[in-house]
Amino acid sequence: MSTRKQEFGARAPSAAASAWSHVRLHVVTGKGGTGKSTVAAALALALASHGRNVLLCEVEGRQGIARMFDVDPLPYEERRIASGLPRADGLPGHVHALHIDPESALMEYLAMYYKLGRAGRALDRFGVIEFATTIAPGVRDVLLTGKVFEAVQRNSRNKGATRYDAVVLDAPPTGRIAQFLNVNGELAGLAKVGPIKSQADTVMTLFRSPRTLVHLVTVLEEMPVQETADGIAELRSVGLPIGGVVVNMVRPRDLAAADLAAARAGTLDRARVAADLESVGVAHDPALLDGLLAEAADHAERRALEDAQREVVQGLGVPIFELAREPAGIDLGSLYDLAAELREGGLG
Amino acid sequence: MASRPRSRTGPRTTGSPGTHEPPVLDVDALLDDPGTGIVVCTGSGGVGKTTTSAALALRAAERGRKVVVLTIDPARRLAQSMGIEELDNTPRPVQGVDTAAGGRLDAMMLDMKRTFDEVVLSQATPEKARQILENPFYVALSSSFAGTQEYMAMEKLGQIHRAAQADGSYDLIVVDTPPSRSALDFLDAPERLSSFLDGRFIRLLLAPARGPARMMTAGLSLVTGALTKVLGAQVLRDMQTFVTAFDTLFGGFRARAEKTFALLQNERTAFVVVAAPEPDALREAAYFVDRLSEDAMPLAGLVVNRASPSPTGALSADEAMAAASRLRDADPSSLTAGLLRLHADRSRLVEREARLRSRFTAAHPDVATTVVPALAGDVHDLEGLRQVGALLAGG
Repeated sequence: MSTRKQEFGARAPSAAASAWSHVRLHVVTGKGGTGKSTVAAALALALASHGRNVLLCEVEGRQGIARMFDVDPLPYEERRIASGLPRADGLPGHVHALHIDPESALMEYLAMYYKLGRAGRALDRFGVIEFATTIAPGVRDVLLTGKVFEAVQRNSRNKGATRYDAVVLDAPPTGRIAQFLNVNGELAGLAKVGPIKSQADTVMTLFRSPRTLVHLVTVLEEMPVQETADGIAELRSVGLPIGGVVVNMVRPRDLAAADLAAARAGTLDRARVAADLESVGVAHDPALLDGLLAEAADHAERRALEDAQREVVQGLGVPIFELAREPAGIDLGSLYDLAAELREGGLG
Repeated sequence: MASRPRSRTGPRTTGSPGTHEPPVLDVDALLDDPGTGIVVCTGSGGVGKTTTSAALALRAAERGRKVVVLTIDPARRLAQSMGIEELDNTPRPVQGVDTAAGGRLDAMMLDMKRTFDEVVLSQATPEKARQILENPFYVALSSSFAGTQEYMAMEKLGQIHRAAQADGSYDLIVVDTPPSRSALDFLDAPERLSSFLDGRFIRLLLAPARGPARMMTAGLSLVTGALTKVLGAQVLRDMQTFVTAFDTLFGGFRARAEKTFALLQNERTAFVVVAAPEPDALREAAYFVDRLSEDAMPLAGLVVNRASPSPTGALSADEAMAAASRLRDADPSSLTAGLLRLHADRSRLVEREARLRSRFTAAHPDVATTVVPALAGDVHDLEGLRQVGALLAGG
């Protein structure tokens, strides 16, 4: 692992990244299958150092946080779930988690802002809560983002609640992120005035401010990269601040450039490989040699495609953070490895 | 809906119980069977559903079926090569399909809002339709309500199916499903709509318009009072106007939703669950398989996409890594060390994927499965789709 970290994480922290220390809300999005939840979790671990408290929120009802951190399914309640990644010079902080569902968010909102009493229960009985959270357009997203807002900007209404140094949101996928965060737009035409409208306005003020950043997770394949580019354009068009692109699951770089070219051309030195294998006592036969050379050719082809997509990502004009692919899959230990890679890259 | 008789359970192929090797999904047998009228591809986002449905449709067409494929959100270049980058909500013939076997292929990309508008226009008087189409609640509902896309995909499937029944234009419909938050949204959408239509809240909103004063109970005025306080009076008024205008369509919508649900349960329908060899995607696939069986929906099998290609040779990952580090000690830039490390990396990936698949099979031993190795590049033309089709069929 240590050599990989050098290869992937050791780029100089970008100027943009070091200017991000004041950011209170990190929104992490990505196309399905790119590992956005993993990256969100790793980012929360990376941010939680020096006794800082970080809240990791999920809003899609998947209980992904509970699975990643190997804890019981999360209720609508903030829970401390892990120690952050320590720095050499200090204590770790803590990662807390919150699973936000729209029904609970609505009930809490009503209780916090309106003393509805009996009417609140009547709303539930008449199916209004269900209507509002499943059918009424846009309301679901307003409730989910509203709770995230509340966690970032704690006020006196939520007595005794933890104040967080940063909040990381495991957000809906890239294709839906601008719509999700642009709660104003979603409500436009529905609520032109009234309390819901002013709530949405306040939330948007935070989302559009320098205290918020939206990070996009991608892998170096054509479709996810295209979606990332589209997502960035869409976010920019509604005035939402872009953080970085996290390039996830980057293939290992075990071959030098010249060897990659030779592998693609089929001109790798077969006799030399055979001699090398013999020198370290690996029994080889033509099948193994063919296999190694074919695997190299296949790898070289994929690396070339990755490089082409990396150029596209570099053209997007945002800081890039690369994370190596974990061949054995993601467990709690590898989340900390990824957190360390993010931090070395300057994020967190 | 719980006590419905089950039309068909289990896969179409024979299983081998007692092992963790699943029965093989025979894709060609499925596509060639004239009894297969609808193939629905489903699974979580990012697993290659769209490519899989296009590849299945092309393969069926080139094996002689008259096929239409309904896609949701294809990659731009794939859409271009199939001639469906225009969103006009009508199936168009795909150029370049081999029609020697007597089949053909049409394709279309779903326009969710337009499908919804068409339903409204076909169900309401022109004046009422205009009133609905202009209401801000309708605009939001038809373009952004989570579930509308799922429902509209089903609506379009129903439309194409009825048309094909009437004029024999197609004998196989392949449907891609929307990239839902969860694959299950797609099955729940019709029921969600029905429960919306039957909800007490809707009846409550309709009550003043229908007039009977006895409906104005104490509970109701409490609720409208609370809603006005939270939403503001204008929102409530807009909502009421919308629901009243929409009211006449509700019956028709419910009937259509129920018909589509029944169509999905028909034995001529075959569900293909698509997954990648990743824990989340396979977990979602497992939920989906269970859900299909609960709802008596006919499952054809599982497609595991993007499998890592197996390494060749008997050298284990650990042996390869040990040899690599010895070579690197002597020469840090050793080519052979690099090759051995790549070999180890691939072996570990393949081991992990096999473990994940075997876990799925242990819990669902009867689900016929086909494994499709990952291609190096993205698929954006018919040749690529043919290649995927051949891999799906095990070739």
